[in-house]
Amino acid sequence: MDVVLFGITAVCALAGGAGVVLSRRPVHSALGLLLVLMSLAVDYLLLGAQFIAAAQVIIYAGAIVVLFVFIIMLLGERGEYLGGGAFAGPAGVPFVVALCALLAAGLIAVVARPYPSAAPSFGTIQDVGRALFGRYLLPFEAASLVLLAGMIGAVALGRRLGPRT
Amino acid sequence: MSVPPPYYLGLSAVLFAMGAAGVLVRRSALIVFMSIELMLNAVNLTLVTFARLHGSVDGQVLVFFVLVVAAAEVVVGLAIIVDVFRSRETVDVDDADALRG
Repeated sequence: MDVVLFGITAVCALAGGAGVVLSRRPVHSALGLLLVLMSLAVDYLLLGAQFIAAAQVIIYAGAIVVLFVFIIMLLGERGEYLGGGAFAGPAGVPFVVALCALLAAGLIAVVARPYPSAAPSFGTIQDVGRALFGRYLLPFEAASLVLLAGMIGAVALGRRLGPRT
Repeated sequence: MSVPPPYYLGLSAVLFAMGAAGVLVRRSALIVFMSIELMLNAVNLTLVTFARLHGSVDGQVLVFFVLVVAAAEVVVGLAIIVDVFRSRETVDVDDADALRG
């Protein structure tokens, strides 16, 4: 059952990834990204990470993809089609092939071993929350500063109205 | 029957390579950005897999921080893209080359 579900999500994720990279229109890329994010959320559930799956749907699919679509709307037609083709030429292809080989080698090096039997509470909000507000309290508070800096940065960058003269 | 860990890691590796290909091959800054998100998600899948493999929740906490950083990064990055588009009327990464050596 799990394997079948994983197969479906893997196919969806790979199709979505190909859609992100190969689509000519940014909106189609954003929808491909959404497909990847939803598939990975299901994978997280399969791996017992309930809280991360929920956060993935809320933050990534709910906030980040919407932001992407919003920016695509803001840029409009002119941002959608670019002169000189959407692809930059084959210069990056050898690097990608090398990267694939490297990742495959790393995979082979991973020894397949069985999962330890997880406690029923593994990955629940209680479990993650206990870690977040215990050992990781300081990084957690620092994360709020990162978000604040992001907000201030976006406001500072977006404040200027009209084209530069 | 549970899925063997290498399956998840393999999916993650392929997704990461796809994202890297997108960053290197595409010209639209928006799609480059989405490809970066693809790579971040591939790494998140690896972290969750290893968290399950080691029976420790630390990997999931790390994924949470990746989500926070990704959110901040997207907000600032998209603001930069909008700013570049306002001043240059393009989002082609090859055209925004004012710092080129």
